[in-house]
Amino acid sequence: MSHLESTVFATLRKTGIRFYILFGVLAALVVWGVFAYIYQLIEGLGVTGLSRPVYWGIYLTNFVFFIGISHAGTLISAILRVTQANWRRSITRIAEAVTVFALCVGGLQILIDMGRPDRILNMIFYGRYQSVFLWDLTCIGIYFMSSITYLYLPMIPDFARMRDKLTDIARWRKWLYTLAALGWKGNHEQHRRLEIAIAIMAIAIIPIAVSVHTVVSWIFGMTVQPMWHSTIFGPYFVVGAIFSGIATLFIAMAIMRKVLRLEAWLTDKQFDYLGLLLLVMSAFWCYFTFAEYLTTVYSALTHEMHVADAKLYGEYAWAFWLMVFCNAVVPFAILTRRAGRTVMGTVIASVFINIGMWLERFTIVAPTLTRPSLAFEHAIYQPSWVEISITVGSLALFALLFVIFFKLFPSLAIWEVEEGIEIEERNRINKQLSLEDLRAMEKA
Amino acid sequence: MARWTMAIDLDKCLGCQACTVACRMENNTPIAGPEQAEKGRAILWNEVIPFVEGEYPNVTARYIPRPCMHCDDPLCVKVCPVKATYKNEEGTVLVDYERCIGCRFCTVACPYTVRYFNWHEPYYPESLKAHLNPDVPIRPKGVVEKCTFCVQRLQRARAKAEAEGRVFLASDYVPACVQTCTGRARYFGDLDDPTSLVSQLLKSPRAFRLLEELGTKPKVFYLREG
Ligand code: SF4
Ligand code: SF4
Repeated sequence: MSHLESTVFATLRKTGIRFYILFGVLAALVVWGVFAYIYQLIEGLGVTGLSRPVYWGIYLTNFVFFIGISHAGTLISAILRVTQANWRRSITRIAEAVTVFALCVGGLQILIDMGRPDRILNMIFYGRYQSVFLWDLTCIGIYFMSSITYLYLPMIPDFARMRDKLTDIARWRKWLYTLAALGWKGNHEQHRRLEIAIAIMAIAIIPIAVSVHTVVSWIFGMTVQPMWHSTIFGPYFVVGAIFSGIATLFIAMAIMRKVLRLEAWLTDKQFDYLGLLLLVMSAFWCYFTFAEYLTTVYSALTHEMHVADAKLYGEYAWAFWLMVFCNAVVPFAILTRRAGRTVMGTVIASVFINIGMWLERFTIVAPTLTRPSLAFEHAIYQPSWVEISITVGSLALFALLFVIFFKLFPSLAIWEVEEGIEIEERNRINKQLSLEDLRAMEKA
Repeated sequence: MARWTMAIDLDKCLGCQACTVACRMENNTPIAGPEQAEKGRAILWNEVIPFVEGEYPNVTARYIPRPCMHCDDPLCVKVCPVKATYKNEEGTVLVDYERCIGCRFCTVACPYTVRYFNWHEPYYPESLKAHLNPDVPIRPKGVVEKCTFCVQRLQRARAKAEAEGRVFLASDYVPACVQTCTGRARYFGDLDDPTSLVSQLLKSPRAFRLLEELGTKPKVFYLREG
C-alpha cells in the first residue's frame, strides 16, 4: 500500500475520540437549530425579527450566501480540469463536496423562510415560469443533480479500491462501497469511458453554475425596488459566489490537511496558486462594487439614495464598511505578497472574506426593504434568537455533512493524484532524456 | 367586462381613518395588538399614510389613504411562483389563500408595500368574534393578504340583482371604504364605461397616480389637493 493510500485510508479505518467530540458538538448545534425551527413552525414567522416592510432577512441572506459558496467547488474544479491544471488533482474532491453540501443547506433556507412549508409542492403543481423563483428552482435543481454526478463519477475508482482493500470495516460499509463501485475493474476501456464522462460533466457544469447565481441575483434584479433593480447583479453575484466559494474551499482544505495529515498532497503550491485566484476574484469584486455604488450615488435618484445613504452612512454603515474591509483590504494586504499566500495567510484572508461576503448579501437584502419607495418611517430589522439559532444550526449542518462525508469517503481522489504523480514523473524523465539528447548532440 | 377603479379626492380627505376601520370590519383583518403593531406587523389593508413636511412652525401634513392599487401591470402577480396572487377578468388583483406558500416574494416586489403577511395565527378579541363577516374567509397563518376591493360585495351585488331579476349596475357595487368615507372623498366605478364618474374624474388635471413612473398602471388614482 502506498503512502498516499495508507494516509487517506487511515481515517476511514479508525475513528478517534476527536471525531466523536467534533461530531457531538456539531450535532448539538444542529439539534438546537432544529428546535428553533420547530418553534417557528408552531408559532409562525412572527418569532423572527421580520416585519412589514422588511419581509426578508437573514434566511434569504443565508440562502444567497450558501448557494454562493456552492460555486467553489464544482466551478473551480471544472475549470481547473478543463484547463488541465495538474495541481488541481488533490483538491477537486474537497471542492466538489463543498458544492454539494452548500447546495443542500442553501436550498433548505428557502424552506425555512416559507410561511407555509407544508405547501412546498405547490411550486411543482402550480409552478409557473413567469416567476424568478421557478427559474431558481430549475437551475438549482439541475445544478444539484449535476454536482452530485460530478462528485460521484471520479469517486468510482476509489470506491473499487476501498471495496478491495478495506477489509476490516463494518459490513454495511463494504456493501455500500461495492454497490457504489458499480463493478469497476479498472481496465482500459472503463478508464476511457470514465474520462469521457468526467470531461463532459466538467464542461457542462460551468454554464449551469453560472446560470445558478445569475438567477439567484435576479430574484432581486427583476423587481423595481431601489438598489435591487440593477443589471449588474447577474455577473456581480457570480463573481461574489466564486469569491466566497474559493474562500470556503481554503478553510476546508486547511482543516483537512491538518486533521487528516494530507500535507504531502495539499502543498504550498496549491495554496499559492489558489491564493492568486482568490486575489483576482477580490479585484473583480472590488470593481463590480465600485461600479455599482458609483453609478447609484452619482445619478442620485431619490429612492435609490435613501437606500444608499442607509448603507454608506446610516444604520447599515457598519456592515457595509466592514464588508469592504473584509473583501478588499484584507485580501489585498495578505495575498499580494508571496509570503502571504501560505496556508496560514490564505486561511486568515478566507475567514474574513466569508464574513465579508455574508455581509454583502445582508446589505443587499435588508437595507432596500427598510426604505420602501412610498415614504413612511424607516423600518428597522433586528434578527431574533430564532433566526440566529437557525443560522448557526445551518452552518453546523454544513460542517457536519462534510465531516460525515469524509469519514466515509476518501478525502482525495486517490487515482487522480496517482495519475498526476505519474504524469510528473514522466515529464521529469522526458526532460532528462531530452537533456541527454542535447548533450549527445553537443558532443557530436 | 368591467374594470373596477377607485378615485380618492385628497381635497376632501379628512385623515379620519374611518375607511381603515370600515375595511377592518368588512374584511375580518386580524388584530395584531400594540406590541406586534409596534414591530410593524399590524394588518391594515387600507392605511392612511401621513406625510409631514417641514419643521414647526412651517409644517404641512398630508394624508394619503392607500389601498392596494390593483395595478393593471401588477408586479406581485408577475413574481408569484404558484399563481396564488392573480388578476381576475375584471382587473382586480386577488390572493388565493389556499394556494399561497408564504414565500413573500410578492410583498417585497410590490412597490407600494400594500401586502400583508400573517405572522401568527389570526387573533380576534371576543367582542369582535361575534361581528366577523361571514362572506370573507379567515386567512390562516403564513399566507399573504391585501385589499380586494371588497370583492365579496361584488359577488353579493350580482347575486342580488339576479335574484331581483334586474340587470346588475356598476353602482350596485360599493367597497366598504367608499361607503364609509366621512368626507365622501372616494369614488368607485367602471373605468371601461366612459360615462362613469371615475372615468370623468380621471380626465381632471388634478388626477395622478402613485409612483406612476414605475409603469405598474395603478387602478387607484388620486385628485391632487388645491
Ligand atoms: S399595489 Fe402592489 S399588491 Fe396591489 S396590485 Fe399593485 S403590485 Fe400588486
Ligand atoms: S407569498 Fe403567496 S401570494 Fe406572495 S408570491 Fe409567495 S405564494 Fe405568491
